Amino acid sequence: MNSILIKKGRVIDPSQGLDDILDVYISNDIIKQIAQNINRKASLIIEADHLIVAPGLIDMHTHLREPGREDEETIYSGTRAAAAGGFTSICCMPNTRPICDSRTNIKYIHSRNLELGVVNIYPIASITVGQVGEEIVEFGDLVDAGAIAFSDDGLPVMNAEIMRRALEYTSMFDVPILDHCEDRNLASEGVMHSGYIQSLLGLPGIPGAAESTQVARDVELVEFFGGRLHICHISIGASVHLIRRAKKRGVNITCEVTPHHLTLIDALVKETNFDTNTKVKPPLVSEENRQELLRGLQDGTIDVIATDHAPHTAKDKDKEYVDAPFGLIGMETAVPVILTDIVHTGVISVNQMIEKMATNPARILRLDKGTLKIGTTADVTLLDPDKRHTIKSTAFYSLSRNTPFEGKKCKGAVDTTIVGGNVIYSKGKIVSDEER
Amino acid sequence: MTNNKSSLLLDEKGLKKTLKNLADAIADDLFGDEDFVLIGIRTRGVVLAECLQQLIKERTKKKIPIGVLDITLYRDDLSTLAENPIVRASTLPFDVNDKKIVLVDDVIYTGRTIRAALDQIVDFGRPALVKLAVLIDRGLREFPIQPDFVGLKIETSPKQIVQVRLSDIDGDDKVILMELNHKSGR
Amino acid sequence: MIFQHKHLLTLEELSREEIELILENAKGFKEIFTRSIKKVPTLRGKTVVNLFYENSTRTRTSFEIAAKRLSADVINFSVSTSSVQKGESLLDTVHTIEALGSDFIVMRHSCPGAPQLLARRIKSAVINAGDGPHEHPTQGLLDAFTIKEMKGGFEGLNVVILGDITHSRVARSNIWALTKLGAKITIAGPSTLLPKSFARLGVRICTDLREAIRDADVINLLRIQLERQRKNLFPSIREYTLLYGLTEERLKWAKKDVLIMHPGPINRGVEISPEVADGKHSVILRQVTNGVAVRMAVLYLLSGGEEA
Repeated sequence: MNSILIKKGRVIDPSQGLDDILDVYISNDIIKQIAQNINRKASLIIEADHLIVAPGLIDMHTHLREPGREDEETIYSGTRAAAAGGFTSICCMPNTRPICDSRTNIKYIHSRNLELGVVNIYPIASITVGQVGEEIVEFGDLVDAGAIAFSDDGLPVMNAEIMRRALEYTSMFDVPILDHCEDRNLASEGVMHSGYIQSLLGLPGIPGAAESTQVARDVELVEFFGGRLHICHISIGASVHLIRRAKKRGVNITCEVTPHHLTLIDALVKETNFDTNTKVKPPLVSEENRQELLRGLQDGTIDVIATDHAPHTAKDKDKEYVDAPFGLIGMETAVPVILTDIVHTGVISVNQMIEKMATNPARILRLDKGTLKIGTTADVTLLDPDKRHTIKSTAFYSLSRNTPFEGKKCKGAVDTTIVGGNVIYSKGKIVSDEER
Repeated sequence: MTNNKSSLLLDEKGLKKTLKNLADAIADDLFGDEDFVLIGIRTRGVVLAECLQQLIKERTKKKIPIGVLDITLYRDDLSTLAENPIVRASTLPFDVNDKKIVLVDDVIYTGRTIRAALDQIVDFGRPALVKLAVLIDRGLREFPIQPDFVGLKIETSPKQIVQVRLSDIDGDDKVILMELNHKSGR
Repeated sequence: MIFQHKHLLTLEELSREEIELILENAKGFKEIFTRSIKKVPTLRGKTVVNLFYENSTRTRTSFEIAAKRLSADVINFSVSTSSVQKGESLLDTVHTIEALGSDFIVMRHSCPGAPQLLARRIKSAVINAGDGPHEHPTQGLLDAFTIKEMKGGFEGLNVVILGDITHSRVARSNIWALTKLGAKITIAGPSTLLPKSFARLGVRICTDLREAIRDADVINLLRIQLERQRKNLFPSIREYTLLYGLTEERLKWAKKDVLIMHPGPINRGVEISPEVADGKHSVILRQVTNGVAVRMAVLYLLSGGEEA
């Protein structure tokens, strides 16, 4: 019988208001007991007196690229990158080839993960067939097949009528629409945040209003027509204000932010001499906007931290700034970056961090995850909040290296990742199948 | 660059006398020739050429035309210098063709500067002849180039430098020989 | 004063002293144009490659003449004849060029930052001959050189840059150079083509032509491009000319000895009337001549220093 005893860790579980030095006993794949000084035999004992024991983290916004771009990422590599980043569950966006818009695609991801993956994958299906914004998908069938949410992600639905119908229709199934808010006409050919730095560099700009006008539209739509709206990766202060006000009057809306928008700004494009690992959508914004994001994170307007992990090969990124694809990887850097720049600097507590990276994603996605309640599946992440290290992309499990955090000195790391009672990642290494 | 010892080669009086002798020698050789001109090599060669012009005028009442040559772009050692010197204009207010030119510089050493100057003059036209006047010949030639008029000829080693100080540029008039305690550029 | 840079990518990164050094050298180079043999041996044996991803006969020719007058070998690598059209990446193309033995790569490219990408990855010295709307350093230098030649200096000078500032590399390089040298800059044109955040550079922003050019010592006009109209940045060329076209009549609003500059090619009758373009205030052709001297100075200064 497989059992794990985690001893003397600081157990933090916002889902049950827990924050105490406790032992955690896992048997088979279930959390069996949380108490002081548990005296049981276990096949594995983890001394955790310097660690934080948290519910397994959930990244509700990733791109796994399989099927279609297996040179960038695969279910094999992507789930390992997730485990190395402390994530026990991830949601993958539908912009694969083919687009994930049918039962077959969902089943494909599930079967590949069963065969090759090491964490839970919850696929997100597209809102419209082929992500082209014209015809809504078979939501009911897709929910039944396992779609956790719906999103046209990088190709947001520009037609308000279609967005309205998607919200109205999906309200039957209590699934969220994950909304990448970007007015594609305003964003046009832009590649970086419109403003001072962009004006200096002469790169085509994406005005902040490209995001906030769409946030405003969709807040109105969900308020009028129902459904559940989750705004992806907000980046603009105006979006924070719109969402804060909407929440106050009870609109059914949640939102997320990425680690890179919380910690990096548009000036980095200039400082790095146009390094394409600063090119992302939404773009890195001005410091004033970033400060608004931090306030939104503090006061709970922003519910979730998600990575928007978007792998691209060096060959694709090693181009002129305008021609390089948008996107950064983030699963393996999220925890160190957030601990270093957001938690240790006092913006939020580690408890709030866990809430935004486990508790809230589970609540929004209606998952029986993100918790250490007795009887739930043992997905557990152990964090070493004081470990000092330097981010080195060569050590990543992801197939891609497009990170803006290369060489960053960090305080705080993932120590161990346990998925369904199995130690998947420990002390810098994915545990091999044989060892497991 | 730090220098330990320095010795005086010419004081102000000696410099004046040497220049006078140089001017006389040039005038003896070329005066009366309609096509006689002086060309100074920047920077000190120009000041010396002006002195010579004045001295020749005092003796002959005739003002010999002066040209200015900036040889920077013809140097063969640009790629070995830590930085490129500022390029200044060359001003030859006469047609070089068929002129009898006396090229003036302060010190002749390896001969490379004169090589560059000759190349440049040839790009301006075809002079009838070119002669060379220098204040100091310190020997150690690397090219087969010899001056026609010499103020003072001395023996030196590559570890020494000869400094010609002129009041228009340096505030005083004298020539000194300095020892370098480590290798200098050149 | 030492010129420390291996590449010339922007004027933003140059100090006032470095810009002055280039201008001072350019003055020396301009004298060469008066000689019967307008060629010096300075860059003999060096190879300059003109890599132009956008057509620009003027800039390319200017660099070519500058390089040839320094005795460098010049190779023009234009996109239409190259493998670029076969989908070869910029870096692959440039690595090929370098393997052929280039010492300088002069590049015109539509993407801001493309020269920076090159400079990071190759050994040759990179000269930015215009990267999209970002910078066009040698144009900024030749404009500064021309102003200095005509006006003697920059202190207190009112320079107006008129036209599509948002999409202009010339405007950006001019702003960097001239503000560092002490001039006061006004940018003027339709509000859709003026980056408002440039106020942070100490630049005056003006949409009214009369207000903009009052007391102007220099008016630098930019070419107005038809493609901007297609993006609805202004309603029509006709309206642009009505509001901002520089005519002899309107020139009276500026100082009597105002200089009219234009990086070319000019649209006669659009941003500038033929009378103004050819009139006594115009130094447009002088700019072209000075461009060669400035580019010679840049090639010369970048060739300095010990081999890396």
